[in-house]
Amino acid sequence: MNDLTDLTLTETLEALDNKKISEEELNRAYQQKIDNLNPILNAYLYICQGSSGIPYAVKDVIVTEGIPTTAGSKILEGFIPPYNATVIERLSYHNLRIIGKTNCDEFAMGSSGENSAYGPTKNPWNLNKVPGGSSSGSAVAVSAGLCSFALGTDTGGSIRQPASLCGVVGLKPSYGRVSRYGSIAMASSLDQIGPITKSVADARLILSWIQGEDGYDNNAVSYSNIKSQTKKSDNLSGIKIGVPKEYFGKGLDTGVESAVKKAISKMEELGGQIIDISLPCTEYAIATYYILMPSEVSSNMARFDGIRFGTDRDNFGQETKRRIMIGTYVLSSGYYEDYFIKAAKVRTLIKQDFERAFEKCDVIVGPVSPTTAWNLGAKMADPLAMYLSDAYTVPASLAGIPSISLPCGFSDGLPVGLQILGKYLDEEKILTIAEVYEQSTEWHKMKPTVDMS
Amino acid sequence: MKRYEPIIGLEIHVELKTLSKMFCGCSADYFGQKPNSLTCPVCLGLPGAVPFTNAQAIQDCIKIGLALNCQIAENSRFERKNYFYPDLPKGYQISQYRWPLCTNGYVDIEDSQNQKIRIRINRVHQEEDTGKLSHLDGITAIDFNRSGVPLVEIVSEPDFREVEQVRIYAKKIQQIFRYLEVSEADMEKGNMRLEANISLREAGESKLPEYRVELKNINSFKFMGDAIEYEIKRQQELLEKGEKITQHTRGWNENKKETFVQREKEEAHDYRYFPDPDLLPLKIEKLEEIRKSLPELPEQILKRLQSMYGLSYYQSQLIVSERFLVDFFEDAVSLGEENKISAVDVANFLINKNVDINKVSPEEVISQITFKKSGIISDTSALREVVKEIIKENPQAVADYKSGKIAVIGVLVGAVMRKTESKADAKIVKELISELLS
Amino acid sequence: MFNKEDIKKLAKLANLPIKESEYEKFASQLSEIISYVKQLERIDSNQVEPTFNVTGLKNINWGDKVEPSLTQKKSLQNAKMQRNGFFVTKGIFNE
Repeated sequence: MNDLTDLTLTETLEALDNKKISEEELNRAYQQKIDNLNPILNAYLYICQGSSGIPYAVKDVIVTEGIPTTAGSKILEGFIPPYNATVIERLSYHNLRIIGKTNCDEFAMGSSGENSAYGPTKNPWNLNKVPGGSSSGSAVAVSAGLCSFALGTDTGGSIRQPASLCGVVGLKPSYGRVSRYGSIAMASSLDQIGPITKSVADARLILSWIQGEDGYDNNAVSYSNIKSQTKKSDNLSGIKIGVPKEYFGKGLDTGVESAVKKAISKMEELGGQIIDISLPCTEYAIATYYILMPSEVSSNMARFDGIRFGTDRDNFGQETKRRIMIGTYVLSSGYYEDYFIKAAKVRTLIKQDFERAFEKCDVIVGPVSPTTAWNLGAKMADPLAMYLSDAYTVPASLAGIPSISLPCGFSDGLPVGLQILGKYLDEEKILTIAEVYEQSTEWHKMKPTVDMS
Repeated sequence: MKRYEPIIGLEIHVELKTLSKMFCGCSADYFGQKPNSLTCPVCLGLPGAVPFTNAQAIQDCIKIGLALNCQIAENSRFERKNYFYPDLPKGYQISQYRWPLCTNGYVDIEDSQNQKIRIRINRVHQEEDTGKLSHLDGITAIDFNRSGVPLVEIVSEPDFREVEQVRIYAKKIQQIFRYLEVSEADMEKGNMRLEANISLREAGESKLPEYRVELKNINSFKFMGDAIEYEIKRQQELLEKGEKITQHTRGWNENKKETFVQREKEEAHDYRYFPDPDLLPLKIEKLEEIRKSLPELPEQILKRLQSMYGLSYYQSQLIVSERFLVDFFEDAVSLGEENKISAVDVANFLINKNVDINKVSPEEVISQITFKKSGIISDTSALREVVKEIIKENPQAVADYKSGKIAVIGVLVGAVMRKTESKADAKIVKELISELLS
Repeated sequence: MFNKEDIKKLAKLANLPIKESEYEKFASQLSEIISYVKQLERIDSNQVEPTFNVTGLKNINWGDKVEPSLTQKKSLQNAKMQRNGFFVTKGIFNE
């Protein structure tokens, strides 16, 4: 074995099974890498020592019993949850162990990782660049080999976008596929927990472990469960792949566009049938999202009053305060109809866009982020510019449909992600197609070399 | 001088006696438990917790709505009512605003002048209770055991014109809760809480006044009545002086027998209600089943007691006051039929003798009535005492009996009859003697 | 669009302590964001039903079942202040 930390979860399980490696060796390798790189990358906020089980990382908005959970906020400094999130309970049956809690934008609010109260996470491909967000630490930990896989949460792109910017796989399941119990809520009608992994097969396996109803989240469902493995296929024949023109318009970086278009050609080579489609309401997605999401945020953040847990409300960061105020405004008397209800109606139109598109195709492909990773600090003074960077990920969130981001090339040495969106609860199809593409390319094998100088 | 007419509306909150809380698995039976021992991530509002709905509570709320003649919504939703207060752990209360479960009901009451009045019910909706605050030396202590207990709110239209009507209405609603077995509805324990809103308008005026004074945190029927009466007088005096009354909230000081300002009208509350994204919309599907499962309600029994048994309205009302008393009465009536005791006799006996039905059985009541009517003592326990005395007084007869001269029993029976001036039921006496001597 | 007073009012409603120095910045940022989201006005949505939940599910309710609560100690373990099993906050006027 060369570097144990390069192994995917699936490969690790096999190596352990065949006794090619020991759990102790595995843990030592990851621990050593964390010791070396975490001071530079700031991916982990808390590290758990241990030598058994397969180590995985957990975004710090997911509560872990007895392990500090801050959600990247000063307001939760020192908070020790008295309970586990459902996903943590579920993973505890699979010989895994939590190796650490990963850095993130405060309460998952951000697209760059810079809104953490504990300092930004750095992109392992280029330390001057943002890793994306809000699951910044989780994406970086997977990309830099600091864990076998990580859990993230996605509300408007927070799994897919950092996965794209860091060159790893990120899956946002359908809304309701995974119980949200124990995920510190940002926007409850949009939040989903999902895996960030080194391969598509890993994402499938982890989803099969964490999916399904738990009795605690009314929205979590148990039907059409995803299998942990599928028969391997090497072509996409008979698959109709929709390409929405709205995802290739103004604002899309040429380097990203060319990588994504090459990926689409590759899918055609593999037998896929490419179909031009239109999602006309795409341009309204960000506006819709920035009404609905802050509304829920303003209410979800109300429990932080410093009485039962946490510190005082002046410890909220700037972005959190901003969203609380926007949400308070759009829900307040006299504005509810014009903003909140209006946005809820446009949400219906966006959902219908997808439903109509899926009458013509099996999956939809496009870019994840309009650009590759940008410079640290570049968008911090301009919240709206930051919000607009989520233009391709927010629509799937509003519609509640599943979506995966996987590596599809590079632009100026920075990773580019391909997004594959599926019908509601049809993770099966996007995972199958993503795996065929992945296995026909080498992108997922590329690892960053962190500049230690 | 102008004459004024009080306009009064009432909001009633009632805690349901479900096993678990509204949105989590904690026990809802919090009374007397040590503080914060019946809490979990959901009802403590911990980060990450997600609520899940208790179906029983929803059914109970619908039952209340049906009993109050409401329309039951086919589609309903929970919403978040956002405001900050230390007893509200999530910073919002899960409640209902735009999509309540039940609307447009009514309750008919009869006031002290036997006048029938219809009180319209605006809505009956489902929500959750808050934690409980106690204030001591400059700090506020909070117990969240009550947080998340299912709470139903019943909002009347401002249809009351005098205090008495409010009392009768509130008691009637309390009775309905108890008949439905959805709540203990104990005012002292705080299971049932009243809030009144009061304003005055000039007699003859048909528009509602522009202000209303709310009376809150009053924990007995009597105090609420006193507070409303006081408030009517207070407002009248102010209006007579030409003063304008503004909207605000008042409490009741029992020692001083007066209302006092609790909260001046701050900026109007802006609760920013919106559909709770954690919870699914409700579709009410088994309404007919719920309707069929409703027990007989006080009003129906009241009518039945009059038509079936010929009781007066007054008698019926007293018997209906508790569900248990109705059952007791009907058991006694059916037992009494054999002895030709009428239902009216049973009712009179229960009411006039002020019988403690927790201590006697319907059988005992019937034998007491029988004795009173015929003079025949058929009360076994009373006769047993007499028989015991006679046995003591006649050792020879007892010895004879025990040695096999069974016929001597006639002597003992005769002695009992003499002692009771021939009022004892001879058959029972005979049985008692053989029992006691065997 | 938003001035300092608007932000003050919003902050009060949202129970957010905002520093004097932050008002101007928030006023201009909120103005920019709200004018951006106002573009939804362009869409005719009169005939459209709002979406509050994407699952399409209804009525997944749980029965009336008691589950273990947290212990008093665990409930209180993250509180800044506590006394005799109660959470404690500074005195507020009530009752």
